[in-house]
Amino acid sequence: MSQHVIRDEPARVPLIYNPRVRGIVFQVLLVALLALGVWWIVDNTVENLRRSNISTGFAFLRGRAGFDISDRLIEYTSDSSFGRALLVGIANTLVVAAAGIVTATILGFLIGVGRLSNNWLIRKLATVYVEVFRNIPPLLVILFWYQGVLAVLPSVRDSLSLPFGSYLNNRGFYFPRFVWGEGTGLILAGFLAGVALSWYVARRARARQMATGERFPVLWTSVALIVGLPLLAFFVSGMPVSVDYPQKGTFNLTGGTNIKPEFLSLYLALSFYTASFIAEIVRAGIMGVPRGQTEAFSALGIRSRDGMRLVVIPQALRIIIPPLTSQYLNLTKNSSLAVAIGYPDLYAIGGTILNQTGQAIEVVVIFMVVYLSISILTSLFMNWFNAKMALKER
Amino acid sequence: MKKFVTGILGSAALALSASAASAATLDDVKAKGFLQCGVNTSLAGFSAPNDKGEWTGLDVDFCRAVAAAIFGDGEKVKFTALSAKDRFTALQSGEIDILSRNTTWTINRDTALGLNFAGVTYYDGQGFMINAKKLPGVNSALQLSGASVCVQAGTTTELNLADYFSANNMEYNPVVFEKFEETNAAYDAGRCDAYTTDQSGLYAVRLQMSSPDDHVVLPEIISKEPLGPSVRQGDDQWFDIVKWTYFALLNAEEAGITQANVDEMKNSTSPDIRRLLGSESETKIGTDLGLSNDWVVNIIKATGNYGEIFERNVGTGSPLKIARGVNALWTKGGLQYGMPIR
Repeated sequence: MSQHVIRDEPARVPLIYNPRVRGIVFQVLLVALLALGVWWIVDNTVENLRRSNISTGFAFLRGRAGFDISDRLIEYTSDSSFGRALLVGIANTLVVAAAGIVTATILGFLIGVGRLSNNWLIRKLATVYVEVFRNIPPLLVILFWYQGVLAVLPSVRDSLSLPFGSYLNNRGFYFPRFVWGEGTGLILAGFLAGVALSWYVARRARARQMATGERFPVLWTSVALIVGLPLLAFFVSGMPVSVDYPQKGTFNLTGGTNIKPEFLSLYLALSFYTASFIAEIVRAGIMGVPRGQTEAFSALGIRSRDGMRLVVIPQALRIIIPPLTSQYLNLTKNSSLAVAIGYPDLYAIGGTILNQTGQAIEVVVIFMVVYLSISILTSLFMNWFNAKMALKER
Repeated sequence: MKKFVTGILGSAALALSASAASAATLDDVKAKGFLQCGVNTSLAGFSAPNDKGEWTGLDVDFCRAVAAAIFGDGEKVKFTALSAKDRFTALQSGEIDILSRNTTWTINRDTALGLNFAGVTYYDGQGFMINAKKLPGVNSALQLSGASVCVQAGTTTELNLADYFSANNMEYNPVVFEKFEETNAAYDAGRCDAYTTDQSGLYAVRLQMSSPDDHVVLPEIISKEPLGPSVRQGDDQWFDIVKWTYFALLNAEEAGITQANVDEMKNSTSPDIRRLLGSESETKIGTDLGLSNDWVVNIIKATGNYGEIFERNVGTGSPLKIARGVNALWTKGGLQYGMPIR
């Protein structure tokens, strides 16, 4: 290799002054130093742990957890293992992050478009929203929702009654739950058939518009199909669905479904906080589309709403998506602030495990690996979406 | 996020310091010129800052006693306020020299976590507190099925709670917070029906509620909670110093040596007292520990004996007014028993 390198040089210079050799030497040195540093840290850690008689390794994950978790999506009791408790935490983190991303995106788009509105009031309200929420630390937004909004709700005994037998109190939001009886498969089949038929109708409508220029009310047909078919199935199968209403128990409301205030405040806070950033990104994206594009579709006689949907937004998306990815990652990572209000996310449960087992290094490694994996997966998905949305040169 | 940083720093300290857990903590402490002591962030009677910003409490005074034994000055101690979650990492990484933070002595902590417990400065047990005004008719923990219970994360309390409810076939909703203050605030705001922690803690929490008289502590005690100071494994001399500081406090109470009379007691004719206070000629007790021979005198001058510490912080001299109960000396029917200093 080095021979080859030297022969490439026009004039023979001593090896020590050869820039390519120097470059290689320094790179090798850097790698060696890094490797040495890593080895030194690992060796020191192992030695110190051994000397302080602290047990190491990931075997502790199989041990019995012994504590309970209130919010759980997967089966878990205090007899389950620490590893399972971590899974409960990861699931909770994913749920709050996914829900937050969806809500923040919708809210952010609405407010971002609102900032460009011709209506003075809407424009100013959107500006105030953005300036307020993006200038407050997310932790304060979370505490605002938890202590400022949800904690001042009435106690269980004086729950606020809402329509459809749902209740709101300082223990959360309670609403009726459907109990699916015999024959509910038909309803599901009706729903799926509705979706499939809507897709088919949309395809046919587009083909017809391309061929004849006639338009077809796809949206209302789809709504009718997707709602109507399951409803029909519901009556045909003899109304097999009953409803489990929340009722007052000794301490809490029992029955129905309950969303706890910890989840609600974290979800609302993350959504509202991140929405303010997304709004700015959306505004920048739309403003980044040249005015000529709007003028062009107007000149072609395309209605303003269709032009927005078919011309402006697709071009704006190319500007919006890359910074949007960062906001999604931020939201996911900010969900670890849940620890302040007791929502059992990965970080909170991991912290409990850390304390019960004393395995600080292992638990911190798990934190890093999980958050890194979630972030990388989000990035990969957004990169794929970005590539799909990118300008296609034909 | 702060906790995350603490966790990382703790791990980093384990990784980077070549001598995080090396022996000779005593030399390190002497070189620093002060003792670094981990205490609770705010638990009335055990460790809480008073209105002048000074740390007070039973756990705090124990650290002062250790500092006095080493330096002859009970003020040569700095306090690190720790949440339940951070406490062990702080000790393991060498950030603190001694953990005196109402910590329950369990076999797991004594072995897998690499700690050594030096004694039991307070025998406690876990109980429940409820708001009697909101829940009239509840007078036993066995009536709590279906309740929401506020509890602090990463404590033995959290584990006992799970065991108690499943053993009695009762349901409950844990509402878990990382910090003591957050747990208190949530309970006070009515987020939970019941609050559970060690009984001494319940009395302390009760005083912090907006209307303390509404809250009652239920009679059941569901666990043994021996609370005591702990140190890292691997330094026997340091372990001995902390352990014998505790025994010295008990022996002083047993012998009737107090902050007020310690100087005259040095001239006592009783050989036991003279030996304890290092006024015996040619005594080696103090120097064998690595301290001076008047170490017990220094301790008592700084903090008083165990009984004085107890009464001042949690007993009749405090707002908590907890009776000595099982924490009385063995001679008075309690469990506190100081090993002989001879």
